[in-house]
Amino acid sequence: MRENYIGKATNRVDGPLKVTGQAKFAAEFTTSGLLYGVVVSGEIAKGKIDSLDDSEALKVEGVHKVFSHKNRPDIIHYINKKHEDQDSPYGEHFKPFYDEKILFNQQPIALVVAETFEAARHASKLIKIKYSEEPFLTDMQIARLEAKKPDKGKMGWEKPKSRGDAEKSFASAEVKFENEYTTSINTHNPMEMFASTVIYHGPGKLTIYDKTQGVMNSLGYVCNIFDLKKDDVQVLSPYVGGGFGSGLRPQYQLMLATMAALDMKQSVRVVLTRQQMFSFGHRPGSINTFKLGADKSGALTSIYHHVVQETSMFEEYTENIASWSGVAYHCENVDLDHKLAHVNLYTPLDMRAPGAASGMFALECGLDELALKLNMDPIELRLKNFAVNDQAHFHRPHASNELKACYIEGAEKFGWSKRNSKPRSLKDGRKFVGYGMAGGMWEANRQAIQVMAAYNKEGKLTVSSASSDMGTGTYTIMAQMAADSFGLHIDQVKAMIGDSKLPEAPLSGGSWTAASLSHGVIFACDKLKKTLFDSAKGMKNSPLSKSTFEGSVFKEGWVYDKTDLTKKVSLLDILKHEKKDEITETDGENKIMGMIKQMPYSKNTHAAVFVEVKVDEDLGMVEVTKVVSAVAAGKILNPKTARSQILGGVVWGISQALHETNLIDHNFGRIMNHSLAEYHITVQKDVGNIEVIFIDEKDDVTSKMGVKGLGEIGIVGTAAAVANAIYNAIGMRIRELPITPDKLIRAT
Amino acid sequence: MNLSEKPTHSLILKINGTDTILKIKPWTSLLDGLREYAGLSGTKKGCDHGQCGACTVLVDGKRINSCLTLAVMHDGHEITTIEGLGTLENLHPLQAAFVEHDAFQCGYCTPGQICSAVGLMNEGKVKTEDDLREMMSGNLCRCGAYSNIFDAVKEVINHKTGVLL
Repeated sequence: MRENYIGKATNRVDGPLKVTGQAKFAAEFTTSGLLYGVVVSGEIAKGKIDSLDDSEALKVEGVHKVFSHKNRPDIIHYINKKHEDQDSPYGEHFKPFYDEKILFNQQPIALVVAETFEAARHASKLIKIKYSEEPFLTDMQIARLEAKKPDKGKMGWEKPKSRGDAEKSFASAEVKFENEYTTSINTHNPMEMFASTVIYHGPGKLTIYDKTQGVMNSLGYVCNIFDLKKDDVQVLSPYVGGGFGSGLRPQYQLMLATMAALDMKQSVRVVLTRQQMFSFGHRPGSINTFKLGADKSGALTSIYHHVVQETSMFEEYTENIASWSGVAYHCENVDLDHKLAHVNLYTPLDMRAPGAASGMFALECGLDELALKLNMDPIELRLKNFAVNDQAHFHRPHASNELKACYIEGAEKFGWSKRNSKPRSLKDGRKFVGYGMAGGMWEANRQAIQVMAAYNKEGKLTVSSASSDMGTGTYTIMAQMAADSFGLHIDQVKAMIGDSKLPEAPLSGGSWTAASLSHGVIFACDKLKKTLFDSAKGMKNSPLSKSTFEGSVFKEGWVYDKTDLTKKVSLLDILKHEKKDEITETDGENKIMGMIKQMPYSKNTHAAVFVEVKVDEDLGMVEVTKVVSAVAAGKILNPKTARSQILGGVVWGISQALHETNLIDHNFGRIMNHSLAEYHITVQKDVGNIEVIFIDEKDDVTSKMGVKGLGEIGIVGTAAAVANAIYNAIGMRIRELPITPDKLIRAT
Repeated sequence: MNLSEKPTHSLILKINGTDTILKIKPWTSLLDGLREYAGLSGTKKGCDHGQCGACTVLVDGKRINSCLTLAVMHDGHEITTIEGLGTLENLHPLQAAFVEHDAFQCGYCTPGQICSAVGLMNEGKVKTEDDLREMMSGNLCRCGAYSNIFDAVKEVINHKTGVLL
């Protein structure tokens, strides 16, 4: 296959629609007679609703109905169904409006449905609720005392594996240190608020526009709860205004809008408020107890990483936080543990690089502290302990691993050699300048997927799958791969995703979409080409009668014999010959087929990130003035959109390091800063010069094209590099995220 | 007070050059007026509280958060939304620069970013790169496309003014 688009910087195919405001999101589809639903959120952390008076709300002109636990449809879903979805952790899943019990603050407790948004919003403020409060606990630092091992956890959970004798080797280590690192609770906050527009066609027949990272997940969820037939319901999410993990589980607006539409036999839209965006999944807070031991040469002799992570009272959300400490570096003695602290908050939810973003903050800060004790350069220490294989998984070799090149090329680009390891040695005016670095790692996975390829009489090729594009560039890489497969201009190719009627695709998360689709698109296009070729060959007096499929090439709407390019058949003639307007084929990969070749290998992406900060000690302000992120992630399908993915990850890392935290008032068990004014994220002014380097990395195991995925790797290690740079600037080590001005001023 | 006693107001907004009659309650925000009543969903709702900038539009050439103002306050005003800046066939220079620099990922904050940049250029206050960063900081981008947004806006400002930042 000649690569005209793959590997080349290609503008997003959906770009023009997005910059002209024509790309439509879940809350932007409409129909005549659409009703608007506004959710009422509870105001206590635990207890029960004693009374809910909606009489004033119902008097508002245009209000049709108020739903709550008192009058919710008494149908089978509340009694028998588990409200499970593809990403549910083990436990009793939350059922909105099930009964009067309050399980967490901001719990949805009523839905006002009206003819206009304004009427529903106004009426929602008129509902009078009386509660009985019960004792609750939202403070992870207290709940840690009762922390316990997970029973089953969630999909992807891997019990951290210990090896050797870390305690003994730590006791006898020549150089050692121990400390505790804390990561804070963060909320995804994609710019688009969660929304579902449910179009009612008749009993059991719905079209649902939902904000989700997986239309098949939303479809399965609502069909399960409401006993609907999958053929009667279509879930669509052509454009998703950011996800970062928040769309991996269906959120409650989907269930409430569907319930209202089915009950009222009318179309209903429910959009959450920004405040309510804080009322479901979040990145869990974690407490990392950490010990490192090494010999004088810097070789690690002991790694101890025990984690306490918060989760709700009703679900066991678990993420792999400690396990990275068992695979990232070579060490014979490793002691890892993971316990859950149950609190009265909603269950956490995967958020960009779940587990790694927290665990590797601790690990990569820890190595920086050890390097200092060893009087060793942090890169040298990492090179010394380079993991030649995966010790935690049967010493499997890496499918590919260009981490060393990340260190070297990243350091070169950054100008690491100018760093003075002594803190407070470099100033810019009254600000101290510091350099820090860290490593990063994420899994390179692939999932089962199906793709349909279709060639039509307009000479257009369409590739489609029920995948999604949350800004990740899925549309564009699909079009690139299909265009190259058929030798077409990219304008002749259309990619379709975000529709549950399309061939089955996995949830878009875990950085596996690009690798999975690389198989699906290529397999489906190959199958279609074979069908087209066979038809061409079978034509009367076919120029290709003696040609073979293996010896054929597709280009600009023709199929040629490679050995004699005068032998060719037009694809449009094939359609005429077959008397069809379109020829389609569907193909892909099942899970087992994909796993066999990969099993003997450890598959990961790697990164080294370098950060320059300027710290104003008097004000406790930190500016991140320069970042270099060197990433080894196999084949890069589109350097332009790939770079954007890493830029985004770096911005998230800066945000995690300096800004983001859900501040909870433990007297009320309530998030105090549930708005974008008070939940701080990185803004334009906070971002300095960011450079992204992609290391050339060959990989013929992880996926057919060597694609390994990029969604998470950009954030992993970045927060640690920022913290390490702050130490280098002012000699203060802040081990509790985020590193806000108050903590810096207290420390100095 | 019963809301039904309140009359519905009729007003004319000149949206993207076309006089548009809206019949709405006085407490409808300009943002909801555009999205729900004028059928222009290009303007985005990201917080409804003036905290994110996704709803930025131009009123008589000035950039404002359309969620923080009521539609009835703009009777007779000229409103420019993302739909009024350019078309698929003929993109506004900022729209073209955003595509070229990959200055967005999910695209949800993008209409607000672009309208904000048009307003910024109308203001004519940007003299340095730092000014540009500061004056575009009212528009949040959760995908983290900030440096590409910066490059796109800078390119258009430089092209228009001929003065290199």
